[in-house]
Amino acid sequence: MIKNRSNIAKVPDCCRAGLISSLLPLLLFALLCLAWPGVIQGRAIQVEMPWIPSLDLSLRFRLDGLSLLFCLIITLAGFFVSLYASSYMAGKQHLGRFFVYLHGFMLAMLGIVTADNLILLFVFWEATTILSYLLIGFDHEDATVRDNARQAILITGAGGLFLLLGILLLKTAGGSMILSQWPGFGDSIREHALYPAIFVCVLVGAMTKSAQIPFHFWLPNAMSAPTPISAFLHAATMVKAGIYLLMRFHPLLGGTHLWMGTLVVVGGITALWGAVQALAPCDLKRILAYTTLMALGIMTLFLGGRSAPSLTAATTFLMVHALYKASLFLAVGSMDHQTGTRDLRHLGGLLPAMPLTALAVAAAALSMAGFPLFFGFIGKEIMYAGALSEDLFPAFSTLAALFSNALMTAVSAVIFITPFLGRRPADMGPVREAPWTMRLGPAVMGGLGIIFGIVPEWVSANLIEPAVFAFHPSREEIRLSLFHGLNLPLLLSMVTLALGTVIYRFREALRAFVKNILARLRVTTPGIYQVILDGFIQMASGFAQRFQNGSLHRYLAVIVLAVVMVTGWPWVAHIPSAFIVPDPRGLIMPTGICLFILAAAGLVVTARRRLVAIGGLGAVGAGVALIFLMFGAPDIALTQLLVETLTVVIVSLVLFRLPPMEGGRKRKGLRKWMDAGLSVSVGVLVTTWLMGILQKPLDRSLTAFFEINSYVAAHGRNIVNVILVDFRSLDTLGEICVVVLAAWAGVALMRSAREG
Amino acid sequence: MEVLLSLLVGLMTAAALYLMLSGDLVRFVFGFSLLGNSINLLIFAAGRLTHTGPPLIDPGRHSLVLPAANALPQALILTAIVIGFAMTTFLLILLFRTYGQTRTLDADEPAFLAELSEADTVHGSSGASGKEGS
Amino acid sequence: MQSDILKTATRLMVGLMLVFAVYLLLRGHHEPGGGFIAALVAGTAFALFAVTEGPARVRRAIRLRPSTLAASGLALAAGAGLPALFLDRPYLTGLWWKSGDFSLGTPLIFDVGVFLAVLGSILAVLLALEEN
Repeated sequence: MIKNRSNIAKVPDCCRAGLISSLLPLLLFALLCLAWPGVIQGRAIQVEMPWIPSLDLSLRFRLDGLSLLFCLIITLAGFFVSLYASSYMAGKQHLGRFFVYLHGFMLAMLGIVTADNLILLFVFWEATTILSYLLIGFDHEDATVRDNARQAILITGAGGLFLLLGILLLKTAGGSMILSQWPGFGDSIREHALYPAIFVCVLVGAMTKSAQIPFHFWLPNAMSAPTPISAFLHAATMVKAGIYLLMRFHPLLGGTHLWMGTLVVVGGITALWGAVQALAPCDLKRILAYTTLMALGIMTLFLGGRSAPSLTAATTFLMVHALYKASLFLAVGSMDHQTGTRDLRHLGGLLPAMPLTALAVAAAALSMAGFPLFFGFIGKEIMYAGALSEDLFPAFSTLAALFSNALMTAVSAVIFITPFLGRRPADMGPVREAPWTMRLGPAVMGGLGIIFGIVPEWVSANLIEPAVFAFHPSREEIRLSLFHGLNLPLLLSMVTLALGTVIYRFREALRAFVKNILARLRVTTPGIYQVILDGFIQMASGFAQRFQNGSLHRYLAVIVLAVVMVTGWPWVAHIPSAFIVPDPRGLIMPTGICLFILAAAGLVVTARRRLVAIGGLGAVGAGVALIFLMFGAPDIALTQLLVETLTVVIVSLVLFRLPPMEGGRKRKGLRKWMDAGLSVSVGVLVTTWLMGILQKPLDRSLTAFFEINSYVAAHGRNIVNVILVDFRSLDTLGEICVVVLAAWAGVALMRSAREG
Repeated sequence: MEVLLSLLVGLMTAAALYLMLSGDLVRFVFGFSLLGNSINLLIFAAGRLTHTGPPLIDPGRHSLVLPAANALPQALILTAIVIGFAMTTFLLILLFRTYGQTRTLDADEPAFLAELSEADTVHGSSGASGKEGS
Repeated sequence: MQSDILKTATRLMVGLMLVFAVYLLLRGHHEPGGGFIAALVAGTAFALFAVTEGPARVRRAIRLRPSTLAASGLALAAGAGLPALFLDRPYLTGLWWKSGDFSLGTPLIFDVGVFLAVLGSILAVLLALEEN
């Protein structure tokens, strides 16, 4: 586990691609700051460009208070993360690709939170799914990494499909695709019969993206991504997309008992389960991943409420969490980068070596633990106020929040105390402080946790309230402040800290206990996922082996049978009752030709020698050409004759080089009769088709157009040729392309035969 | 005439499919060629055979004087014949190449199927070149 | 195929067929014929030539490589649609230059492209098969 980093000191400190590209988020952040004052006064910025007008789709973006909050978090985290990555990733391969993915992801994320059209939002939603797959699987040479990336894309991708279904159902139910029009639609949608289906689909989309139980397990596995990515995607931004979705849908779908009950239960269980599991691992990143689960669960839980304190609690905690979690992830990455490990058992006594990182971790951990004077404390206060004000299950909400917060307090203590104050392991080499690019992000984001904790009123007025107003139309003012007086939330905060200390004290016992429980679980969601995945792959390969077994006969028989069944069945019901009785006069010639063709075709079928078959084939072609000639088609008659001649030449050239046909096996018994039955049934079908077609009147208007315009407009007397080279010349161009391609492919095959 | 052609097309199609189902690759190509002919006839007949004059405008006139055969299906069939020819040629070359690798023209023969699955797994002709030497 | 009489007869035949092919190509807009048919006639002529005199002589006689012929045919046909674009008309719209009873237009160029593309394809396959 432990590698001494000093021997790879030749690696450059910093890569230029990262430094330069980190200007993009910085610039965006500056622009957002310019827009900030207007947006919080209620003047949302809106841009609209036509996209697909025929489908009533437009590129419509809108920046309101909620979008602004998200955009600020995304660009700020994006700046620090790419700055950080410029050092963290220095010397690694494919850096260009890495930063393209990273910034592409950031832009997609900004797209999600600013799109005002639901379809547009969905497009960006899918883009983040794909880009996160590429980022999680960045070290794609490792099989585990690939599995984890696949797990993430399968689960979030499936959620995306549900979301799409929900969007389509919403449209069916008469809902608007424009997000900013939703507040007016809420009542009609909530009373619609499709409401439960819409709700479930949207919820599954949000739950998969934001890793709610039972779809949570991809998130801890996604920690195989490079640490800056974990900080950016799995702490600050992407997993919050589901939370954002729930916020946006709140005015449309929220407030019902279905919404409240489901969200509170799902969120509460996720929070508790994530917090409990955070005690078990020794890998710092995994610990952080489980605490992220807890945070996402808490946000979901509070979005289940409909009172202003609940929604304010969710929004505040979103900010609190983004700041401390991104900071912690980056700091853990620094420890990993400087010491070569992020395993708690091999870390200790880093305080003298990495004092600035230690300071950032301390600030972030205290905010996470919810100590007074830190932003986390404010978040916790409003959380308890919100939980107590809920309509449904207030006791459950309060207890879930209390226990998960207490566990968080203990975990935050573990994260800070063990690596920095714990005993220094004997096998640890000399450690240097991380470069400034890697210290800046944790320090600033940790520091913001203190500043915001001291001036909560400013944060409340400039960030939280405008955001809550965007999805909570009742506009009830909830001001955050440092001290609300001696009340129940304050008491609960104190209980949390005390409980946290107790849990920290008995953490080893608890860890053993949790590990024991985890080991005893028989049915787990990752297990179910694996069973489904394996079953799916098995089914696909079984299916492929049955239908793609390489047998030409099997393929053809299946295709022919499908044709007979699909077209034959409806056709039988509409079979024409009366056919035109042919006029016997003048039919002697055509009948003769038809009999000639039939005889020749029979010869091809029965021939036991190849030469006879070739002759029969030529005779069929000649007979067909005669029919063309008799019924006024000299051009195709000529073409047919010439093609037959050339075909005979080429068939002879090829078959001359092949063994005689006599060696071939004969069809026997059942197979022969089955083949004959299939062929005859298609023959009967084709005959009745043609008879049926001939019963119906023919629309000759297109032919009439060609007949009238052929000479007048296109200066040609041969109407067939004029159609080919003038009226329908684009088709002809395509057709000669096919001919040339077939010839080239044939020549290439011959050449490879000669060389290979 | 239409009834006659309908029967002819049906019988030709049946014969073509019977050939294609035989499992012998050469017969498959013959059947393919025959099927092309029968489908061309089907399109031709579907355009009606009421008028037998060719769709050519007499010199000195600006449009057809007497009703003529339907020009539209003729244009379709003309290119269909040429494309059918190109496809038959390609199939023949493919057949030739397949025989070079598998030494059999029987699509149901185990050697043929084995070669197919081998080509599937190695994604190329590296497995095939060894075979040709034997 | 060493008979001198057959060789001489074939040369004569091939020459006549090629002339006939060009005739069919040029009259195709007004009478039965056109690029496809002319290419097939010329292809048959070359097939005959190749059978009697061997593929190498055919290659020498046509000078260009068959695939070049096919590609230039495609280019010509595709290019015949471009002038219409300059006049702000849809791609491949026929443009005509007419004087009296004689008329010349881009569809004729298109037809020549069809001729070359199909002939090139036939020759490519034919010669590859003969030489194998």
